[in-house]
Amino acid sequence: MRVLFAPPAQAALTLARLLPMESEHFKGFPAMSAAQTNAPSLPRSFQEIILRLQAYWASKGCAILQPYDMEVGAGTFHPATTLRSLGTKPWAAAYVQPSRRPTDGRYGENPNRLQHYYQYQVIIKPSPPDLQDLYLGSLAAIGLDSTLHDIRFVEDDWESPTLGAWGLGWEVWCDGMEVSQFTYFQQVGGHDCRPVSGELTYGLERLAMYVLGVDHVMTMPFNDPQSPIALTYGDIFRQTEEEYSRHNFDGADTAQLLRHFEDAEAECERLLAFPPDDPKSGKRIIMAHPAYDQTIKASHLFNLLDARGVISVTERQAYIGRVRALAKKCADAFRQTEAGADAPDAA
Amino acid sequence: MPDLLIELFSEEIPARMQAKAREDLKRMVTEGLVQAGLTYASAGAFSTPRRLTLTLEGLTNESRPVREERKGPRVDAPAAALDGFLRSTGLTRDQLEIRDDKKAQVYFAVVEKPGRAADAIIAEVLETTIRTFPWPKSMRWGNGTLRWVRPLHSILCLLNDEAGSRIVPLTVDGITAGNTTRGHRFLSPAAFSVTSFEDYTVKLKRAHVILDSAEREATIWQTAQNLAFAAGMEVVEDKGLLAEVAGLVEWPVPLMGRINDAFLGLPPEVLQTSMKEHQKFFSVKNPRTGRIEGFVTVANTETADHGETILKGNQKVLTARLSDAKFFWENDLRVARAGMGDWLDGLKAVTFHNKLGSQADRIARIAALAREIAPLVGADPDMAEQAARLAKADLRSAMVGEFPELQGLMGMYYARAAGLPEPVALAARDHYSPLGPSDDVPTEPVSVAVALADKIDTLTGFWAIDEKPTGSKDPFALRRAALGVIRLVLSNNVRFSIDKLVDVQILRHQQGAMPTEQGLFGQILNAASAHGMFGDVTRRLIKAAEDVAPNWLSAVRDHDPSISDDLRDFLHDRLKVYLKDQGIRHDVIDACLAMPGNCDLTLLVNRATALQATLQTEDGTNLVAAFKRANNILSQAEAKDGVEYSFGADPKYAETDEERALFAALDQADAAIKPAMAAENFTAAMQSMAALRAPIDAFFTAVQINTESQILRRNRLNLLHRIRAICLSVADLTKLDG
Repeated sequence: MRVLFAPPAQAALTLARLLPMESEHFKGFPAMSAAQTNAPSLPRSFQEIILRLQAYWASKGCAILQPYDMEVGAGTFHPATTLRSLGTKPWAAAYVQPSRRPTDGRYGENPNRLQHYYQYQVIIKPSPPDLQDLYLGSLAAIGLDSTLHDIRFVEDDWESPTLGAWGLGWEVWCDGMEVSQFTYFQQVGGHDCRPVSGELTYGLERLAMYVLGVDHVMTMPFNDPQSPIALTYGDIFRQTEEEYSRHNFDGADTAQLLRHFEDAEAECERLLAFPPDDPKSGKRIIMAHPAYDQTIKASHLFNLLDARGVISVTERQAYIGRVRALAKKCADAFRQTEAGADAPDAA
Repeated sequence: MPDLLIELFSEEIPARMQAKAREDLKRMVTEGLVQAGLTYASAGAFSTPRRLTLTLEGLTNESRPVREERKGPRVDAPAAALDGFLRSTGLTRDQLEIRDDKKAQVYFAVVEKPGRAADAIIAEVLETTIRTFPWPKSMRWGNGTLRWVRPLHSILCLLNDEAGSRIVPLTVDGITAGNTTRGHRFLSPAAFSVTSFEDYTVKLKRAHVILDSAEREATIWQTAQNLAFAAGMEVVEDKGLLAEVAGLVEWPVPLMGRINDAFLGLPPEVLQTSMKEHQKFFSVKNPRTGRIEGFVTVANTETADHGETILKGNQKVLTARLSDAKFFWENDLRVARAGMGDWLDGLKAVTFHNKLGSQADRIARIAALAREIAPLVGADPDMAEQAARLAKADLRSAMVGEFPELQGLMGMYYARAAGLPEPVALAARDHYSPLGPSDDVPTEPVSVAVALADKIDTLTGFWAIDEKPTGSKDPFALRRAALGVIRLVLSNNVRFSIDKLVDVQILRHQQGAMPTEQGLFGQILNAASAHGMFGDVTRRLIKAAEDVAPNWLSAVRDHDPSISDDLRDFLHDRLKVYLKDQGIRHDVIDACLAMPGNCDLTLLVNRATALQATLQTEDGTNLVAAFKRANNILSQAEAKDGVEYSFGADPKYAETDEERALFAALDQADAAIKPAMAAENFTAAMQSMAALRAPIDAFFTAVQINTESQILRRNRLNLLHRIRAICLSVADLTKLDG
């Protein structure tokens, strides 16, 4: 495949042009040093790492999608991964997904823990034979070069009890640091994955902190530190981490969350109960995605309830089981749709 | 005679699966080849993270020809019988031979299987091996249907002899066998071809792959030691970690670093566990300070900067991890110094089992029982109770939350920080022990009391809710708990009748609505633990309770002993397994189990050990034979006559010297055995019993039991009864084999 990602210096240039020229903070373009023109140089900001990953996976033929517009616990929840890993239709997508883990909130004080963070997600179906090499190429693109670093594939099986999904793979270590999850999906929503999708998940903050040599996430440069208006991760997220930590642990109304959970569950099932034939359009329309949105909602509400500490150990299993039941029903429904069906010749 | 080389090249195989996988490969391929009629001289199996390799030397070129004859139906048998035979042999009627067999003519199928070329057999066997390989977990990938531990990329299958080497033609799920492999993922990624096992290992090494895990282990260990030695330090040995790390690398490059001074105050176990579990680091000790001050990490690659970047990265991860650990440690110490109240409260909210209440409920039960056990093991009851109340407090500590394997050990540190007496701290550490059959058994009395109480509470709890182990299923590790009780009792020579404690603890489990042990209920439990549920003291207290008629009365009064009987039998079964491993015969154990006092495990084992020793002497073996002879004659006579000959033999009817000598010997044995048994000196008792062998043998030689004279016969049968009674007072010899 052709490798055609833009050298980072160019990317920086393009970006700089987008800055508001009339801003009073604008101090002119940074001078370009010789090193900056030589790719691959080390990235200098969080966003440059994201941009390089986007460029890299675009160059490998992935559709670069945008984040899903709902609160999710991980990039895997994006229907581009969960639903699209079902059925035989080939698929290749990459995207950034803001992810929320309410229990991980630390009021912005912990150097590595956040209740809102970014994952970079790549999903390719069927998993190509050179997926490991493709992945290693992406590390090189962000400056983790295998001639200087020790990159290792260490056993780590993945399981999502709420999605009824599991796969085998590794956590990838770079110099002893876990930088990605690498998974071959075997089952999603209770359905065997045939063909198998390969899924890569990069924990962006942690990865970027390592590449950029930063010790506290809040001090990490978000944009280029030479920018006229240099912003750190903390400039953007410290306050929201505080607000959401308080919200997650104390603010959220648990009685209301419980009601919303019930509502989402009921709505999911109601949408799936519609007969497939839509009288208005005369088409066969199964509302798999709208129903799946409700599953995502239920899952996030459960996470919030968990963070509020109102779910006991035994109840916990029951809630997870209820979300899983929804995920399975959505997977069943999606398999009945055009995008999720088996190609006739693949039977 | 060709040699065979097989390599299955895949994406990274989990380290923990490699040792078994290479053995499975060897076993499956060699068994398959041998079954198909090939032989080989020697076999070797190897693994790296990316490959499983098998080499066979001196393989035969083709299988032995086989001639197989099968007898079919008679010629005059119904057609259906012949059809069936033809189907099962795959032959046609004219291919069958007709032979005379006894009275009839019979069809015979003679199948000549010519020798087959090794190549074809290998291809078949290898394909079957790959398709049926017993990975603990396997997966599919891409569009394929094949299952392997991770995607399988290539198969190398090569036969080589004087004439050269040839690829064994074989294709599995689209992967065609060849003669090429690849070197190290980063250092030598190019593919190359090989001609023989020797060529393969040499070229692999050139391509930065050490094939043999033992060699990788040796390299790692040697280099790690050298690095440490040069810095005046020493590496802490860890064989399990060494094997795991050797399974994570093809080209091991150990690098040593130092732990930041800020973390050196952490308990050494915390440093070691954190480094090992999270990062697979070896710990490096400074012999002058006795502290863990450094680490060795093993990289899988060589770099231009000699690992500097790698080491720096690892150091950074370690610092982050140890910062967490230090944070936990300091917070935990604060809670500990304040008396651990937060943790004890927290345990109320942790369910142990939904039918057995919270951890706090469990701890209260264990503390009550530990108090009762204390005097039996020489511990102070107050201290045993206190130790039991605190022993599990660390389960709520942040450190144990992070590293569950440090449970107990952290409890010890925290108990010391709280200024508690040392036996309390040690009990926190040791009360889980012994975990395995070779684990150390606690000896400190307070630890023994808590450890026993912990295990007995677990056993009685799951017995009370009927969650006993069945077959291979033992989710609550109750067999291990039973073995723990046995080893604690035996190695500390603890003397008690375990059924009393079991009864009491089952009552505690069943009390449900009676959360308090104050007053009469507590008194009854205490009495029962000392005197048993049916002891006079206990029954008196229960009787007294009838006047008050509390709601728990019926539960106590009608206490069903069948649960504890069943648990006692389970303990006896586990004891048998344990003693069998110690070389004590199962029938010896049975002979002792049948004796009174079998709830006292120490007594039971002392008896069994003495009996086994006696049986290893000639006198002992012969005595058992003599006893059995006496017992058989007597039992038959008793059955026939319908009486029991226990009247007491009279020496005045003795006719011969041998008979008189036996009377004297029995008197002597009686006089010796009774006090010896009373003193539980089983060795002396059994020696006296074995000494009966000569007089009994002489008696049987000289005297006929069933004589004409009914008086003499009766007297002699009564004499035999004395033999039986004396022997059975020592052990139930009827249970012995042979």
